[in-house]
Amino acid sequence: MADLFPNVVWENMWEATLETLYMSGISVVATFVLGAILGLLLFLTSKGNIWENKPINIIISAFVNIFRSIPFIILIVLLIPFTKLILNTMIGENAALPALIIGAAPFYARMVEIGLREIDKGVIEAARSMGAKTSTIIWKVLLPESMPALVSGITVTAIALVSYTAMAGVIGAGGLGNLAFLEGFQRSQNDVTLMATIIILVIVFVIQFIGDFITSKLDKR
Amino acid sequence: MISINNVRKVYPSRQGEVKAVDRVSLEIKDGEIFGVIGYSGAGKSTLIRMLNGLEIPTEGSITVAGREVSRIKGSELRKARQEISMIFQHFNLLWSRTVAENIAFPLEIAGVSKAERDSRVKELISLVGLDGRDDAYPSQLSGGQKQRVGIARALANNPKVLLCDEATSALDPQTTDAILDLLVDINHRLGLTIVLITHEMHVIRKICHRVAVMEGGSIVETGPVLQVFKNPEKPVTKRFVQQVTEPEETKETMGHLVANYPRGQVIQLTFVGEGAEQPLITNLIRKFPLTVNILQGKISQTQNGSYGTLFIHLDGEEPDVAQALAFIREQEVGVEVISHG
Repeated sequence: MADLFPNVVWENMWEATLETLYMSGISVVATFVLGAILGLLLFLTSKGNIWENKPINIIISAFVNIFRSIPFIILIVLLIPFTKLILNTMIGENAALPALIIGAAPFYARMVEIGLREIDKGVIEAARSMGAKTSTIIWKVLLPESMPALVSGITVTAIALVSYTAMAGVIGAGGLGNLAFLEGFQRSQNDVTLMATIIILVIVFVIQFIGDFITSKLDKR
Repeated sequence: MISINNVRKVYPSRQGEVKAVDRVSLEIKDGEIFGVIGYSGAGKSTLIRMLNGLEIPTEGSITVAGREVSRIKGSELRKARQEISMIFQHFNLLWSRTVAENIAFPLEIAGVSKAERDSRVKELISLVGLDGRDDAYPSQLSGGQKQRVGIARALANNPKVLLCDEATSALDPQTTDAILDLLVDINHRLGLTIVLITHEMHVIRKICHRVAVMEGGSIVETGPVLQVFKNPEKPVTKRFVQQVTEPEETKETMGHLVANYPRGQVIQLTFVGEGAEQPLITNLIRKFPLTVNILQGKISQTQNGSYGTLFIHLDGEEPDVAQALAFIREQEVGVEVISHG
């Protein structure tokens, strides 16, 4: 190992891995919640649905589309004032979180909306015919019935988030991206870059595996 | 139990207003099985959805089980819906829940405790004949079984009215009959009022007490099933009645037979209730010097009596045939001359 990767400091590598996992983990959870809320709002306010409301739908839709379209590396820079305002810093893992979440949640919201639209309208009608409240319909019909789509969507989003953390690393957020850039690229230590890449690939494969497994377990169709 | 008063439902559209339901008034009695038949687009689907407030009438009022569903909103409407349950053409079960969990769903909505839910679900599963399938998912069930789950789910909160939205249209004929038998059984056992919409006269014939025929948003004919079978007035009703009394091949057969029997007359006899039990043919042969040839016949049971049709060929001297026809007309048997030989 030491011969293959002469310049890798394993302690630093491990620390960077933990930072990447930390950033990805927190942002995946926050994206799941925020994206699900946005996706539900998009779905519920769309035409023919329970909270049909054109103005609100257009506003949320515009918000989602704008933040989904901004390249992530630019989004980070754009959000620096905002990050400073809420976290008082723009360096470190936590400083990456606002950009990660704001970049990924709209992306995930669209997937949630698509997942919800695939639910048979008849099932929602059936729930209404039983006297269900909107909150019951959301918790007991919409979310469970779209769960496989929600999980496979968050899997895709989580993988995107891992690569976002690497980008965030380049501008000082820490993690494997930071390590690969500073120690690997700028010092011409290609073995460090390679090792960081391998670890990121492993993380991505593990996420995909877990996501697929849960999706297939949930899907009773 | 249900009173529909001069109800209209109009949808705005780019080409102006579309009248889905136009000035419909109906009274449906407690414990009755009432059928609404019509082709697609006749407005029957909108009509049944107004009975549980899924659609709100543009004009008129609807009262179901003492509540004016066309006016109430919010929690009052939700409460009313627990007494007016519905089953659907495509079953509309939650695929993410097992049979037992699907049936428990309306009980969860009504706020029934876990222990009570469990025992009620058990009862319902055996009521609809699904014992042992508690933990199956809908995807593992056949169409008929899915509809049984739909029925159990609809009965969970002891409703006063059951609305059936084309409940058997997605099922094969055999399964349809089994589900219809189940509905009749439930109607007898629980005294439930059932309103069903369908485009199949077979369904009306088999289980309904009364029927309303819808066309273009209006009810064009209504009455006890047997009476509508005996005397269909409107052309659309006649077509529906023919679905049951005249199988497709009848026309072909008739054409063939008329060609084969150039003499005499082919007539269609319609027997209703009592009339169906008289030895008419025997009397005919004994009284008149005629040859009677039975071409085709059928007897159907309805909820208020039996109904039969018989196609016969009468051959003999002209005056004898005429006298025979007059004799049949006296017997409370419907006669229609199909062709002159």
